[in-house]
Amino acid sequence: MSLTSLAPLAVVLPILGAALTFVLIRHSRAQRAVSIALLSLTLLLECLLLASVWNGGTEAVNIGGWLPPWGIVLVVDQFSSLMLVVSSAVSLAVLVYATGQGMADGDQDAPLSIFHPTYLILVAGVSNAFLSGDLFNLYVGFEILLTASYVLMTLGGTGPRIRAGVTYVVVSVVSSVLFLIAIAMIYGATGTINMADLAIKLAELDQGTKTLLHVMLLVAFGIKAAVFPLSFWLPDSYPTAPAPVTAVFAGLLTKVGVYAMVRTETLLFPGDTLNTPLMIAALLTMVVGILGAIAQSDIKRLLSFTLVSHIGYMVFGLAMSSVAGLAAAVFYVAHHITIQTSLFLVTGLIERRGGSSSVDRLAGLAKLSPILALLFFVPAMNLAGIPPFSGFLGKLGLMQAGIQLGTPLAYTLVVGGVLTSLLTLLAVARVWNRAFWRKPEDAEHPDPVLLADATDSPAGLRTGKRGLILLPRTMVGSTLGLVVLGVALTVFAGPLFRVAGQSADAMLDRSEYIHAVLGQQAPVPHLALNSALNGSAPGGGGK
Amino acid sequence: MSVNLTLLTVMGALYACGIYLLLERSLTRVLLGLMLLANATNLLILATGGYAGLAPFYSKDTEAAAYNDPLPQALILTSIVISFAVTAFMLGIIYRTWVLARQDEIQDDIEDRRVAATPSFDAEDDAVIPMETSEFPLTMLGADGGGVSDAPIPDSPVPAGGRDISGEAAAREEKPGSATIDKKPEGGGT
Repeated sequence: MSLTSLAPLAVVLPILGAALTFVLIRHSRAQRAVSIALLSLTLLLECLLLASVWNGGTEAVNIGGWLPPWGIVLVVDQFSSLMLVVSSAVSLAVLVYATGQGMADGDQDAPLSIFHPTYLILVAGVSNAFLSGDLFNLYVGFEILLTASYVLMTLGGTGPRIRAGVTYVVVSVVSSVLFLIAIAMIYGATGTINMADLAIKLAELDQGTKTLLHVMLLVAFGIKAAVFPLSFWLPDSYPTAPAPVTAVFAGLLTKVGVYAMVRTETLLFPGDTLNTPLMIAALLTMVVGILGAIAQSDIKRLLSFTLVSHIGYMVFGLAMSSVAGLAAAVFYVAHHITIQTSLFLVTGLIERRGGSSSVDRLAGLAKLSPILALLFFVPAMNLAGIPPFSGFLGKLGLMQAGIQLGTPLAYTLVVGGVLTSLLTLLAVARVWNRAFWRKPEDAEHPDPVLLADATDSPAGLRTGKRGLILLPRTMVGSTLGLVVLGVALTVFAGPLFRVAGQSADAMLDRSEYIHAVLGQQAPVPHLALNSALNGSAPGGGGK
Repeated sequence: MSVNLTLLTVMGALYACGIYLLLERSLTRVLLGLMLLANATNLLILATGGYAGLAPFYSKDTEAAAYNDPLPQALILTSIVISFAVTAFMLGIIYRTWVLARQDEIQDDIEDRRVAATPSFDAEDDAVIPMETSEFPLTMLGADGGGVSDAPIPDSPVPAGGRDISGEAAAREEKPGSATIDKKPEGGGT
């Protein structure tokens, strides 16, 4: 009985919390205590899981005693446990932030009693998707988190949220239908939906069928991950949700899509058949996304576009299908979850302090609230990839892997990545110049709170008119915690890159995963990737 | 593996109708389209199980080959439950849209339209700076905003960043570290 057999608890604990908070729906204090306690416990458990596979290794847990090709299996390896820890840490911070906001505002704006159960179910769905070793269970994980996200997106049911929610729900349902169709076809073609079993059986199919299934899965996950031609829905829907909800969506939901893409590319369809289209999609995602960001004047929309743009980096790392590229992509996912979430949380604070999230109407925040300026500046520079932050390290890893690959397309992507990084700097610097540095008199229709005398606020924590606390300590504290976590990713980048490298190695090798799930005697199919490297790849026909 | 042709035809028809309805602008039709798509997919999963066979796990004597594959049916059950939940939620949203806007249509994103209509000229970034803004301005004024300068305060409004502000306010902004600026928009412009 090893520690990893506790893995199902990562899903069960949040669901238990959801049930408890639902029972306690009339007692907001107890609700807060239960949800924070259970999420902390989940985080602790996931840290233990990560520690147990820190030096490599893959462990499978059979649910309900059914053996792997038939039963559902949860797989803990370095990549999935790293994702679990980062996502739970981020969601805990956002939960604290949201309860702080709820305590400061009362429940008029958002019915917070329903927030806690829904939020915990979202976390359970994310954990399930990260752990799943079974394609249909992955679908169920996606559905759990999506259905919870529908509710969170339309929390309170105001006009703009409903409008944005409709787009979001329809697009997500269509992507789920595509995913389900792909599952049905895969089951029809191979007779299994266990991912380790699929890794063996998909290799036996002929190339045409394989490409069809591969493309269907990538399109379904591409919608969820917001890869360029499929990313149109994201900037429309995310910005209208409440700040903590947008923050957790931006951090986690697209990354679950990226995670599924990584598993598809490495475990199910290894080799380089679709690497060229993926690289082109990555380039377009980066460039088109960041050009959209520059045009925006609303910070939340701007950040949504940078989110789309930076998904391109992860797809780039994935599309190289080399250990260096994949390792950089794994590191980049962990970095981006933390940074993007903290930026959205800070934007929520900016909106409270400055009365607006439009850069045209904001000004002078650096003087009014230095702590807010610090909280924005550090993750913003991190996102833009300024040394020595983790964003720089992740991008550096990607660039090195691209140059190592050495094809013209890879060089184009390296150039595109640098360009995107510079344009990101331009976009965040624009926010910084306007919202933080310029004089309040220069803003268009600034909110009265910006112009009020700032001398009576020692640390930016103050009570505005109407008795509303502009910057509650819990909200600032949780944001600060997340920013510190982002900086910690920089400080501990060495060990993290080592783990990312090992996990990339294990994912491309596949034998560890297959043996962990199906037992040591399971045959590991010959890698198409290796044959391509040996120069003996057939022209596209089956073997 | 052999497949039931009727099942396939129905599935194709459901997909076609579903996609057609999904492209409509009315929300109710979109919902109907999604339901058809979900049901078509359920039929697709059912088809992967092959022809109908004997009930699995019912009798010990049944040959393995005579069994019906039970897994697709388990998958369909799950997907029915999921699509049921999503449909209920969509109905709630559609009702809410009706309550709020008295219309059952997908609405445009206003912010999208606003950004698209924004001219490429940005007053903050692109405007020609209308006056001397150095720390050593030509129009030296007294603390009260008038006086020591020999340059007269302009009477007419002065263009500043795409807007017009009063000459007096413009002159006061000229002063280095001017403490006289009111905490109002446009430096106390009227």
